[in-house]
Amino acid sequence: MSVDLFVSALIAGILLGGFYAAVTVGISISFGILDIVNIAHPAFIILGSYTAYILNAQFGLDPIVVGIIALPAFYALGALIYQVYYVSFEKRGKESMTGLAFFFGLLFVTEVLLILVFGVDYRYVQASYIDTNLGKFLGSTALPALLADLPMRMLVPCVMSIAMFAILLLIVKRTFVGRAIMAVSQDALALQLQGASPVRIKRIAFAISIATAALAGAFLIIIQPVEPSVGREYIGRVFAICVLGGMGSLPGTLVGAMLLGIIESLTATFYGPSWAPAVSFGLLLLTLAFKPSGLMGR
Amino acid sequence: MKRGMTSWMFALIACAAGALLFFAARSAGNDYVFFAGYTILQYIVLATAWNILGGYTGYVNFGSAAFFAVGAYTTVFFHKIFPLPIPLLVIAAAVASGLVGLGMGYLTLRLRGAFFAIATLALAVVLQTLIVNWSFVGGSRGAYVIRPATVYPFDSYIQYLFLIMLVLVIVALTTARAIERSRLGYGFATIRDDELAAEASGVPTLKLKLIATALSGAFMGMAGAPFPYYIGFLHPSGAFGLEYTVNAIAMPMIGGTATWIGPLVGAVLLGTLQQVAIVTISSAVNLLLVGLLLVGFVILAPNGLVGVVRNLLRKRPGAQP
Amino acid sequence: MTTNAGASILEVEGLGKRFGGFVALDGIDLAVAPGERLGLIGPNGSGKSTLVNCLCGTLVNDRGSVRFDGTDLRGMMAHERTRLGMARSFQLPRPFFSMTIADNIRVPLLYAMGTRRESHRAEAQIAERCHEMLGLVGLHDKARQFPRDLTQVDMRKLELARAMAAEPKLLIADEAMAGLSGSEVTDIVDLLITLNERGVTVILIEHIMSAVMRFSQRLVVLVSGRKIADGAPDAVIRDPEVERAYLGQ
Repeated sequence: MSVDLFVSALIAGILLGGFYAAVTVGISISFGILDIVNIAHPAFIILGSYTAYILNAQFGLDPIVVGIIALPAFYALGALIYQVYYVSFEKRGKESMTGLAFFFGLLFVTEVLLILVFGVDYRYVQASYIDTNLGKFLGSTALPALLADLPMRMLVPCVMSIAMFAILLLIVKRTFVGRAIMAVSQDALALQLQGASPVRIKRIAFAISIATAALAGAFLIIIQPVEPSVGREYIGRVFAICVLGGMGSLPGTLVGAMLLGIIESLTATFYGPSWAPAVSFGLLLLTLAFKPSGLMGR
Repeated sequence: MKRGMTSWMFALIACAAGALLFFAARSAGNDYVFFAGYTILQYIVLATAWNILGGYTGYVNFGSAAFFAVGAYTTVFFHKIFPLPIPLLVIAAAVASGLVGLGMGYLTLRLRGAFFAIATLALAVVLQTLIVNWSFVGGSRGAYVIRPATVYPFDSYIQYLFLIMLVLVIVALTTARAIERSRLGYGFATIRDDELAAEASGVPTLKLKLIATALSGAFMGMAGAPFPYYIGFLHPSGAFGLEYTVNAIAMPMIGGTATWIGPLVGAVLLGTLQQVAIVTISSAVNLLLVGLLLVGFVILAPNGLVGVVRNLLRKRPGAQP
Repeated sequence: MTTNAGASILEVEGLGKRFGGFVALDGIDLAVAPGERLGLIGPNGSGKSTLVNCLCGTLVNDRGSVRFDGTDLRGMMAHERTRLGMARSFQLPRPFFSMTIADNIRVPLLYAMGTRRESHRAEAQIAERCHEMLGLVGLHDKARQFPRDLTQVDMRKLELARAMAAEPKLLIADEAMAGLSGSEVTDIVDLLITLNERGVTVILIEHIMSAVMRFSQRLVVLVSGRKIADGAPDAVIRDPEVERAYLGQ
C-alpha cells in the first residue's frame, strides 16, 4: 500500500468531508432538530446544482455567486413547502406515514421533472479555477507539493462549505431566531410564552435548511458533473452523517461528515469507486443498528 | 374472528374470478394482453405486500425494489446452477426475501418508524451495490435468462407466467384479508395507532413487526421471481428500478391503505393508466404522473380512493354513521 | 417506613434512572402489599411518571430492581410485564383511534390473556368480558363509537377499562383524573375503589388531594426523584417535610 496514495486519499476525504458537512447541515436542522423526515432534501441539492448550471451556461456567472443569489428563492420555496407540510400533516397529527410519503413524492417528482427538462446527460459548470490545482492557481512555486497539488475544484467548495457552516453556527448561537430554533424542539410552550410563534420559527428553520441544501448544490456541481439521479446517492450520506453526528448537533455533523468523507475516499481509492454508494448506506445501517444516538448524541 | 366470508370461501371465489379472467384473456387472441396483464398482476402483489407492512402496521418501506430484486436474482442464481420449475423458484424467492426482511427488521425495528423508512432506502442501495459487484449473477453486465418456447398445456410461455402471477395474486389477497380479520390484524392496527399503548396492552410489538416485515418482503420476492423469465435479460438497474419502489407506495396510498381492497384498486387503476401512458407518452412522463398523483392524494385524500368512497357512502341519507 | 417483606406484590429496591446528567430517580425503595390502595404524590418533575415507566418497562432503569409477584422484571419488555398481570393507564389517554370502543377493550383480552390457542377457544368469553368491562365503566351504549367521539371523562374511563380488561393483579393509574370536574373525579375514584374491592392492587398517582385522601390506604411522597414519606395518609400530609416540599406550593 503506497503511503502517497493513502495520504492523497486521506486529503481528498477531508476536502470531501468539509463539503459533506454543508450538504448535511440542512438535514441536521430539519430532521435532527425539527423532527421532520425530509427525505426530499437531496432534491433541493440537485435543484441548486441545476440552477447554478443554467445561470453559468447562460450568463457565465460563477456557480458560487449563483448559489448565493439564489438563496432567497430557495428560502421562499422551503417556507412554502413547510407550510403545506404543516397544514396537511403536522397539524392533523397524522404525520408519520403520510408525511414520509409526501417527501418521497417530492423527491421523486423533482428527479423525474429534471429528467424531462434536462435529460440524463451529465451537466457541468465552467469557472476559471475548476481545472487547476492550488499551486498553479496561486502561481506560486513556494508551496510544499502536498498543498500545491490540492485540486481547486475540491478545495474551493470545501472552503466555502466550512464558511457557510460557520455562519450557520453563529446564527444559531448568537441570534434570537437561531436560539429559538434550538429551543423549539425542546419546549415549544416556553417559546410561545416569550411571544414567538413555534410554527413561524419552524418554518424559518425549514426554509433555512432548504436554502443551505441549494447552496451546497452549487458547490456540488463544481466538484463533479451532475445528472438527475445523483440526488439519490445523497440520501444515504446526509442521513448517515446526521445520525452518526448525533441528530441535531451541529459540531457532530462536522465530525460525522469528515469521518464519512475519509472512509468513502479510502474505499474508493483502494477498492474501486463502484463500492462508494454502499459505504454511506452501510455506515447508516450499522449506526442505526448499534448506536442510534450517534457519536456525540444529545 | 369477524363475521363474513371465511378465507377459504374467499380464496375459492378468487380462484373462480381468476379462471374467468384467464380464459377471457385467451379469447382476445393476442399475447399482448398477457404481457400487459402480467405487469398489472405483478403490481397487485407488490402493492398488497407493501400494504401489509405500510398500511397495517404503519412502517413505511422505501426499498420495495430491493425485495423485488432479491426475488428476481434468486431465480437468476438458480438458473445458472440448475434451472428449477418456476413454482419452486417462487418459494425460494419467498424464503430469500423473507429472510432479508427479517434481518433488516431485526436491525432497525426497535427504532422509530422514520429510521426504519430511511434504513429501507439504505438497504436498497447496499443490495444493488452488492449485486453489481457479484459477477456470478451477471453483475452490471446483466444476465440472460432464456425461457423455454412453450410449456404444456399452454399455447405460449407468457400465458404460463400470467397464470403463475394470477395464483400469487390470489394467495396475496387471501392472506392480506385473512390477516385483517385475525388477531394478528388487531395487533398490527394497534402498532399503527399507538405503539406504546399497544405494548402496555400486552401486544408483542417487536415480534409482530418482524412478522409483518418478513411477510411483506417474502411476497415482494415472490412477485420478482418470475420476472427474469418475463423479461429475458436482467440487469441491476432494471431489477432495482425506481418504478417498483414508487408504485409499491403509490398504489396502496392512492387506493387506500386500510384494507386489502385499496392496493388492488390502486394497482389496477394505476397499472392500467401506466400501460396506456407508456404506449402513448414516454415512460418518464408516466412516472411523473404517478409521483404527482401520490403527492396529491397524500395531501388531499390520505385515506385513498377507498376512503373517499366510504365517506360518500356514510353521508348518504339513512346511512349508519 | 413500612415494609411487607415476603407478602409484597411489588418490591422496588434502589431504583435509579438518569437522563444524561439529570437524575430522575435516585434510589427508590417501595413495597406494595396485595390488595392495597397506594397513593403516590409529588410535585411536577419529581419522577412519578419516570417511576411508572420504569415499573412497566417503557423505560429501562439504570440501577436497582423491580420484583412483581416474586418475579424479577429485569430485561422484560413492557408487553411481558402486562401479561404477568401489571397494567397501567396513561396520563394522556392513548386509545387506538382506528378502532371502536369495544375493539379497544378487546385488544388486551386478545393479547394479554394467555396464548393464541387459548384466546381462540375463548372467543365467547372474550365477548362476554368485553361486555362486562363496558358496563363497569358505563360505556356500553357507546361500544360502536370511535374514541374521537368521546368526551374527556369517557376517554379516561376507556383508558382505565382497557387497562383493567385482562384482569391484572396490579393497576397503576397515572393521573387519570387531571382536568376533570368534581363529580367526574368522584366517578373515577368510585370506579377504582370498585376495582380494588375485586382484589386488584391499585397505585394511584394524582395531584387532586381530595381524591388521593379518599382513596389511599397508604401514601407515598416523591420529591426530586427521592421518596421522602411513606405511611398513613393523615400522618404523611402532616409531615413538615412533605408540607414544605409539596403541599406548601
